[in-house]
Amino acid sequence: MFDQLSNKIQDTFRKLTGKAKLSEENMQDALAEIRRALLEADVNFKVVKTFIEQVKQKALGQDVLRGLDPGQQLVKIVHGGLVELLGGQAREIDFSRQKPYVIMVVGLQGTGKTTTCGKLANYLAKKGKKPLLVPCDVYRPAAILQLQTVGAGIDVPVFDSTNLNKPLEIVDRALAQAKKDQQDVLIVDTAGRLHIDDTLMDELKQLKAKLNPSEIFFVADAMTGQDAVTSAGAFHQALELSGVIMTKLDGDARGGAALSISEVTGARLRFVGLGEKVDDFEPFHPDRMAGRILGMGDVLSLVERVQERVDQEEAMALQKKMLENQFTLEDFSKTISQIGKMGDLGGLMGMMPGMGKLKEKMDINKESKQFTTFQAIINSMTPEERQNHAILTNRRKARIAKGSGRQVSEINKMLQQFMQMRQMMSLMTKPGKLGKLRQMFSRAGMGDFAKNMFPGSQYKLPNGMTEEQLEQLAEQNGGQLPPEVIQQLMPGAARPAGHQASRPKKDRKKEKAKRKQGRKRR
Amino acid sequence: MSGKGMFSFFKKKKGEPEAETPAQAVPNPDLSAPEPVQSAPVQSEKKSIFQHIKDGLKKTRNQLGEKIVQLFPGLRKIDESLLEELEEILISTDLGFPTTQMILEKIRKNKGQDLDAVTLKKRLQAEIEAILNQVPRPVIPLDEAPSIFLVVGVNGVGKTTTIGKLAHHWKEQGKRVLICAADTFRAAAREQLEVWSKRAGADIEIKENSNDPAAVVYDALERVKAEKQDILIIDTAGRLHNNPNLMNELAKVKRVITREFPNGPHRVFLILDAITGQNALQQAKQFVEKVGVTDLVITKLDGTAKGGVAVAIANELSLPIQFIGVGEQMDQLLPFDAASFSESLIGGSA
Ligand SMILES: Nc1nc2c(ncn2[C@@H]2O[C@H](COP(=O)(O)OP(=O)(O)OP(=O)(O)O)[C@@H](O)[C@H]2O)c(=O)[nH]1
Ligand SMILES: Nc1nc2c(ncn2[C@@H]2O[C@H](COP(=O)(O)OP(=O)(O)OP(=O)(O)O)[C@@H](O)[C@H]2O)c(=O)[nH]1
Ligand SMILES: [Mg+2]
Ligand SMILES: [Mg+2]
Repeated sequence: MFDQLSNKIQDTFRKLTGKAKLSEENMQDALAEIRRALLEADVNFKVVKTFIEQVKQKALGQDVLRGLDPGQQLVKIVHGGLVELLGGQAREIDFSRQKPYVIMVVGLQGTGKTTTCGKLANYLAKKGKKPLLVPCDVYRPAAILQLQTVGAGIDVPVFDSTNLNKPLEIVDRALAQAKKDQQDVLIVDTAGRLHIDDTLMDELKQLKAKLNPSEIFFVADAMTGQDAVTSAGAFHQALELSGVIMTKLDGDARGGAALSISEVTGARLRFVGLGEKVDDFEPFHPDRMAGRILGMGDVLSLVERVQERVDQEEAMALQKKMLENQFTLEDFSKTISQIGKMGDLGGLMGMMPGMGKLKEKMDINKESKQFTTFQAIINSMTPEERQNHAILTNRRKARIAKGSGRQVSEINKMLQQFMQMRQMMSLMTKPGKLGKLRQMFSRAGMGDFAKNMFPGSQYKLPNGMTEEQLEQLAEQNGGQLPPEVIQQLMPGAARPAGHQASRPKKDRKKEKAKRKQGRKRR
Repeated sequence: MSGKGMFSFFKKKKGEPEAETPAQAVPNPDLSAPEPVQSAPVQSEKKSIFQHIKDGLKKTRNQLGEKIVQLFPGLRKIDESLLEELEEILISTDLGFPTTQMILEKIRKNKGQDLDAVTLKKRLQAEIEAILNQVPRPVIPLDEAPSIFLVVGVNGVGKTTTIGKLAHHWKEQGKRVLICAADTFRAAAREQLEVWSKRAGADIEIKENSNDPAAVVYDALERVKAEKQDILIIDTAGRLHNNPNLMNELAKVKRVITREFPNGPHRVFLILDAITGQNALQQAKQFVEKVGVTDLVITKLDGTAKGGVAVAIANELSLPIQFIGVGEQMDQLLPFDAASFSESLIGGSA
């Protein structure tokens, strides 16, 4: 799923390293990869065509920047192009335009309009606004009750449309009431409809004429395929959309429809929905979306989520322990619950570039399920056992099994996983699953990501070893590094800041160039 | 549309009393939910059901001819440039990359041949139909006393609506149908299903204030035994396939069913929205793995989206499509017909 486009592009260029310019021929394979990736991400084929052509024109004859190889250069151009297409900077709602500020929410059936109205109201209420929700879906069974329930959940009033069954009448009265009650935002939920349903599209036009809204948001499902251009195009033609909200981005769809819709409507994506709850909602960030479409991971969202929900200090402490190889079962248990706070492990890893492979290896879903079991087991241990897993004799295990209602075999499995996690985390605390991950970070312009994600992460290559050699070693060893090498990799967290002096100079230069590139990209 | 299978279903019903035109939603005076249910204006025009659906499908079908005929007016040689254009047409139906290539390979075998547009169209259609027909489509068992059907899918695809339609469909066949409201999460999900149960004249098992779907399902299973209903249809909350907690919750619901009825659930329907792109494959894989989906229903085929990804799913996972949804009204559900589906797929490419 999250096959790494950048890696593939890299491969297509492998034979050409040293080439100083991008040319029609040397780009051909890479462009084909990009095309395929965009199509697989559900970007409309026409949009892909135009886009690839633009990328080609931009890239042709460009000198490959110092410190980059042709593949990186091209990825950079592609990423930049996507960000541009997706609308540059996210923009906020400008309330000075109208009072009450009217927002109409429209779209196809089931995309998440009603839910999004609630999220939007909640978002604005938190910013000190006084929104009024207006139910105009008089068709779908229990649609009005749905909006009322959503409104009640967030303490935002919903216009009482009892005895009114015409959307036009409803908005008429709602407008009057909003003025009277000094509500400063009106959020109008409309019924889902097909863009080819002329009668219902007319209804929207009439609503627009009556409301004179400042914003018309088109709610689109992230899973939408090729047809996104048709429906969004038709809605735009009828209503002149002012913005797009993309929902269900908590799924694993790449969301190429975002690109199609931007291209066909010119309307910007303004917000995204990341779950069913009212708080699962945030302003849109073109760079994140671009990364996601390319399969480079939604890294910034991840960082934010981690920062928001995880106790930073606790994370730091855990990390330090990992580095010092003092990670205990107690910490394991804490880590599990932190993962819980961040959402599921699979989603989390899916958001990280370079983690795709690792994710496959781990069989995340099974893992998540197991974590609950693990926690139960750890809870049944004595503090001493939690601090030192080495003392877990068979007799102790039998007791714990009884206490937690689990099998001894499950305890052994847990211990095995714990050891693995210890090892894996220690790898992850170096910026990147060795070279690859770090490369991914800097290539995706996430120079500082590793630092945020793994505070305090520093590492040093064992003498005379390259990252590639390390990687090979790990591969030969069933994906894990021999303990003695790990020891060498992290002789303690308290390494002085100047540790890099021990690395070859050439390496450092490369690093610096990469970091610079990362900063520029942002 | 090859008037076969698909429309015979409707013809059969055409002569029936029009107590329920597709348009008129039944008002529910006895429902406490504040629900001024009303039909969309477009649907209150007095069209026959047949006409209605035909109109819906016509829009997409008309583009069919146009698009491929636009490719070439007379004869054209099968060469790489034609194949490239065909690739775009196939991709635009959401068939996906691998399935598109597979079909193009077959066409490529006839490289150098001269073809007219209609023949080419027919050939593509036949290839798609062949893929769909490879999948056995077992008859849905209605006489298991009770037959238990679990309905699953991601958010907003049309599960609840489809259940209303299915209940109606089987009620019409004289079955006693019980619907179970196991979406205990989404706002007003129960009330929505309640409206549908009234429309279809089916019974419904609801548990107010419960947030445990397995518990509601358990009650429904007990009730279906006690009341000797023929069919139990279980509505579940929409959930994304990559959410392990929610998928586990669903697996639990299934286990509860199997505990009470070892052969149940007799079918597990995955509902797919026709507008979904390649992610549908992921959805299908996960739902198959976690709850053993047995059949597909494609909804919202009255729009312009073609649902081509269903072909890829059929191909990769060998899941049969049993029904298609072609509107928001109770009788806008059709039994699947591979020929018509393939035709509208190729025809409707934008
Ligand atoms: N996972 C996830 N689900 C969402 C999101 N937004 C909405 N949903 C779910 O999608 C389903 C449909 O949402 P609604 O808000 O009812 O959609 P709607 O567009 O109002 O539907 P109609 O009014 O019938 O056209 C519900 O199950 C919501 O909980 C999101 O960002 N993520
Ligand atoms: N045009 C059209 N709309 C449909 C069809 N089937 C369902 N819908 C509409 O799609 C929207 C969502 O339908 P629901 O039945 O609530 O979907 P759901 O899967 O139960 O949604 P959640 O329970 O929130 O996940 C509603 O507005 C339905 O009227 C169809 O075949 N055609
Ligand atoms: Mg709605
Ligand atoms: Mg539902």
